Amino acid sequence: MTALDQVSRVSSVPDAEFDLILEAGGTERHYWFDLWHYRDLFIILARRDIAVRYKQTAVGVAWALLQPFLTMLIMTVIFGKVAGLPSDGTAPYPIMVFAALLPWMFFSSALTSASQSLVGNANLISKVYFPRLIIPVSAIVTSFADFLVSFLILVVMMAWYGFALGWHLLALPFFVLVAFLAALGPGLLITALNVKYRDFRYVIPFLVQFGLYISPVGFSSSVIKEKLGSGLFLLYSLNPMVGVIDGFRWAILGDNASIDLPGFLLSLGCVGLFLVVGVWYFRKTEKSFADIV
Amino acid sequence: MNAPVVISVENLDKCYRLNGGGDRPRYVALRDVITETVRGLGRTRKALAAGSGPEDFLALKNVSFEVREGEVIGIIGRNGAGKSTLLKVLSRITEPTRGRVRIRGRVASLLEVGTGFHPELTGRENIYLNGAILGMKRTEIRAKFDEIVAFSEVEKFLDTPVKRYSSGMYVRLAFAVAAHLEPEILIVDEVLAVGDAQFQKKCLGKMQDVAKGGRTVLFVSHQMSAIQNLCSRAIHFRAGEVVHDGDVHSAMRTYLQESVATNRFVRDSKKPHQGPIIAGAALYPKVKEESNLPDDTHCLQVSIDSPRARRVALEIRWHDALGGSLGFGALGTLDESQMLDLHAGLNELTIAFSTESFANGSYGLSLALTIPFVEFLDRVENCLTFDLERGASGPGTRVTEQKWGYGSLQIAVNLIKKA
Repeated sequence: MTALDQVSRVSSVPDAEFDLILEAGGTERHYWFDLWHYRDLFIILARRDIAVRYKQTAVGVAWALLQPFLTMLIMTVIFGKVAGLPSDGTAPYPIMVFAALLPWMFFSSALTSASQSLVGNANLISKVYFPRLIIPVSAIVTSFADFLVSFLILVVMMAWYGFALGWHLLALPFFVLVAFLAALGPGLLITALNVKYRDFRYVIPFLVQFGLYISPVGFSSSVIKEKLGSGLFLLYSLNPMVGVIDGFRWAILGDNASIDLPGFLLSLGCVGLFLVVGVWYFRKTEKSFADIV
Repeated sequence: MNAPVVISVENLDKCYRLNGGGDRPRYVALRDVITETVRGLGRTRKALAAGSGPEDFLALKNVSFEVREGEVIGIIGRNGAGKSTLLKVLSRITEPTRGRVRIRGRVASLLEVGTGFHPELTGRENIYLNGAILGMKRTEIRAKFDEIVAFSEVEKFLDTPVKRYSSGMYVRLAFAVAAHLEPEILIVDEVLAVGDAQFQKKCLGKMQDVAKGGRTVLFVSHQMSAIQNLCSRAIHFRAGEVVHDGDVHSAMRTYLQESVATNRFVRDSKKPHQGPIIAGAALYPKVKEESNLPDDTHCLQVSIDSPRARRVALEIRWHDALGGSLGFGALGTLDESQMLDLHAGLNELTIAFSTESFANGSYGLSLALTIPFVEFLDRVENCLTFDLERGASGPGTRVTEQKWGYGSLQIAVNLIKKA
């Protein structure tokens, strides 16, 4: 009997003696537990991305400030001055624009970086195991750093205009979370698709640009509501960012802005739907990432 | 052999789907999917079935084995034999297609040194990053930080971005992190092949410590001497199947026999050509016919096809298993009087070279026909391979001059027969 014969039998050792069983299509019972177990990796990956981002460009932080500031100036001039659209209540137009620009820029950069994240970390994926969900989520956290930096501009603008913040601000973390989830759902979907269909990345800039036009960034959503009527406004609210932006404006501008409740709930529902679809598709394709990336 | 089983692999298959040609990328363009679908609408089902569908490639075929606690197992086989795929399945990077794997204990796998290292980050930052990627806790890395730094010998450059490191420093730092993993099962792919000789020795020492510490190690290498020194058992893979599982010596023997068969190169000579070309070559350890040659000699047969009489030089370059230059030898390049006078038609040469100065291991060989310092007439890169195995080699130092940028050795070659 050769050594080969001895081992090519089905093992007699019972399953209970093992911690881990790897099988084709085997659902991993430990997945969410593993995700928690790998939290250190998540923190370190996010820190790496942030460190690299601010090291690579000489202007680093300045860029994170300049970009939203200039966008805000242009939008204020185009929509506020040239088109003469009204602001929310008595809020200064630039502040109203900026209150929307904050979540919008966070959303668009989070979506873009999450979408590229798997392909960008192909090297990691093909060499080590960890729950792949860590990668797109940590990419979004990196965008969150930019968001915090650009928040400084808002503080300065508030002081400049002498505009006081109210208790509504307490709700802001909730809307930040919604913005996070709104980017995560489509981000997961696109990044998983991008692993398989490499030309999917060309869709992202288009999506982001398209999104800017169909979201109330440069103008108040009440302008849209007035023009469309509340029925069509519900359709408009299918865009998850409508809810997020209205929420931000409400938290920052206080009673000057108002939230259209049915529209807001619809937006939230869309965020949830995208999230479920995104996580589902990501988990479904996750195991084959290493084989195709 | 009563130690508990820590890895049990049963009837494992791993199948990769190829899209038609082997060289095409595994991902697809959505654009192609759409155009294919649209085109497909106009086609009959039969035509579709006849078209080139996805091809399956079995990287692992019905692999079964068990590993007991504390065993150090060497995994050997030629490139593409499925070694790396097996390690990827065991480290959960890719999932099996059929069969199952059961594992007990914490697994750390080291399939590459410096996975996730970022060039912009400093050595210090990369230690934490790489440690976390390999599955260490932050507190664990902090506790071993000084040890890691000492092992890597890069103390002075800890706060320098690793993009400014020399490749040697980079590898040392990367291996230092990996060496301080303390898993119950350690899976290592060909990583010892990097770094300078002294560092390799240090790494081997560290691996030996790990093995002696009663931990289970699975270890892929082409360096037979490393396998011989470290492992108590070896598994030999060929084309995705286990051909031998058992003691190290027999596994090495089956593996080395297999490599001899590929030491032959035949040029696809159907294409028309202008000048002299290398039509074929074969490499073998000296046989009885050349019995007057010293031991440790390899013979190289080269067939050169020339349309007319030419005077050329034949250059030979030796590489290590990773393709790094090792040595250079020539008939004619260094000494014009040795140049070959080719006649029209097929010229058969037999050349002998000594392998005395080679360490045990795998080597590759490239051939070129040149007019020295004027032009390359033909060259075939890495067309032949050979393995040297003569038991563990003792320590020794050798200093040779680096003359030509071809590697550190100038290897004498002798023409022993010409027809």
